[in-house]
Amino acid sequence: MLSANLSAIFYLISGVLFILALRGLSSPETSRKGNFFGILGMIIAITVTFLSIGNFSTGLVVVLIFLLIGGLIGAFIAYKIPMTAMPELVAGFHSLVGLAAVFVAIAAFLNPGAFNLGSPGNIKLGSLIEMSIGAAVGAITFSGSIIAFLKLQGIMSGSPITFKGQHPLNALILISIIILTYLLCSTQSSYLFWTLLAVSFLIGFLLIIPIGGADMPVVISMLNSYSGWAAAGIGFTLENTALIITGALVGSSGAILSYIMCKGMNRSFFNVILGGFGATDQSSSSQNKEQRPVKSGNSDDAAFLMKNASSVIIVPGYGMAVAQAQHALREMVDTLKKNDIKVSYAIHPVAGRMPGHMNVLLAEANVPYDEVFELEEINNDFANADVAFVIGANDVTNPVAKTDPQSPIYGMPVLDVEKCKSVLFVKRSLSPGYAGIDNDLFYKENTLMLFADAKKMTEDITKNL
Amino acid sequence: MEIDPFIFRLSIFILSIFIGYYVVWSVTPSLHTPLMSVTNAISSVIIVGAIIAGLAGNSDSIFNTSSIFGFLAISLAAINIFGGFLVTQRMLAMYKKKKKDK
Repeated sequence: MLSANLSAIFYLISGVLFILALRGLSSPETSRKGNFFGILGMIIAITVTFLSIGNFSTGLVVVLIFLLIGGLIGAFIAYKIPMTAMPELVAGFHSLVGLAAVFVAIAAFLNPGAFNLGSPGNIKLGSLIEMSIGAAVGAITFSGSIIAFLKLQGIMSGSPITFKGQHPLNALILISIIILTYLLCSTQSSYLFWTLLAVSFLIGFLLIIPIGGADMPVVISMLNSYSGWAAAGIGFTLENTALIITGALVGSSGAILSYIMCKGMNRSFFNVILGGFGATDQSSSSQNKEQRPVKSGNSDDAAFLMKNASSVIIVPGYGMAVAQAQHALREMVDTLKKNDIKVSYAIHPVAGRMPGHMNVLLAEANVPYDEVFELEEINNDFANADVAFVIGANDVTNPVAKTDPQSPIYGMPVLDVEKCKSVLFVKRSLSPGYAGIDNDLFYKENTLMLFADAKKMTEDITKNL
Repeated sequence: MEIDPFIFRLSIFILSIFIGYYVVWSVTPSLHTPLMSVTNAISSVIIVGAIIAGLAGNSDSIFNTSSIFGFLAISLAAINIFGGFLVTQRMLAMYKKKKKDK
């Protein structure tokens, strides 16, 4: 049996290894080593826990069986999941962290002796507060992530669900959570503990339903952050350094990602959380629906334009993921490169349904990561490029964000696609994007619309090159 | 007067937030998806609490309510640990540099 001090030192080591795991992600070269550090940290933490309990007789077999079941399911999912489904997977995983935090809090509440927290009905006050916070945040993470998962999976409509009195109701529930926590700590009543959990599940659900599909990058990052804070809350209860460090790391990581995503849409965090984006703008787009002329072309025209170009910038978006066009796209680019045409990829921070979604898809299609650029790195190059190939992106290329202060996306950083000599825009129809607004780019003199499925069009262009 | 151990834990917590802040800002945007999946995996270190709860039962009653919640939490966290690290591994293996001899 490991002494408490020794195991605390090992937990500290595993916390440090987790920091190194995140540090490794600063570049793709070091990232694989970082992941190894993370795994090592986890092995240390789990081993130390077993050793510090030192009770190998009774429950051990059961514990190992449950560990194995979970591990097999996890490994199976990790190998089967297609890269396009990454956002759903991450949302699903968040919900599991949240639920695990809730379960640990319940276990600690029912059997505080096992955690050195006192006896049932007489739990140390500090521990009870930490436990309640961990349980409440965990419950919010769980139900919120479930809704996010359903929306991303398309089981639930991505459009925001709003009703009258929504915000006052949410505010009321949040206040009641605080009151319940206070009452719970003064009475230690298990009845109040269950109520607190139920109310927290409810608010997680209510907080996410009004948020629209296009805001999912923010939601996923936010739930990432919550899962961290929940873990930290439980870490305080268990007096476990590894858990506290990890919770803080994950919490701040998710918060930073949410911030980056909000900035990518030029929206404040509260604006996203209060929701309803995408539903309110319908009226404005229908008002000025005069027929404007667009130039449309076929794969022949596109191939001709690209063959005569010396540099091409590809702008991928969520539509590329939906059409599974990333492999076809890379084949097209390979053909272009054979003709000595310079090709690079431009990625907007909020392209796709989660941070970095497009990068993963391109990496999956064997696109070297040093051909892929972020908005700030590449935006000045559009003016010198011959062709911009927009595939599955829409709002992030809309010049209205720079010109029309009335537009809901005004001020959002966009890719300066219109500065290219010519723009090829692959899209199924002229319908507006998630922001619900018309894209001025469609009607520009130098834009050629290619109305087709992204994958099919890309394959056709490759044939014609 | 002695300092409450809680204060030490709070210090670790606050300092870790700062470490997280600087470390995450240095993560390259192209790796933001692996960042999310790996944070998922490491936050499942909550499994240590689940193991303690699971092993807390005595020989007469391995399955009391508290340890059952522990067992369930072990499975949930294990899905995340294995799933999270393996899917991250899978993604990171795809990030390749441009081949020079092409």
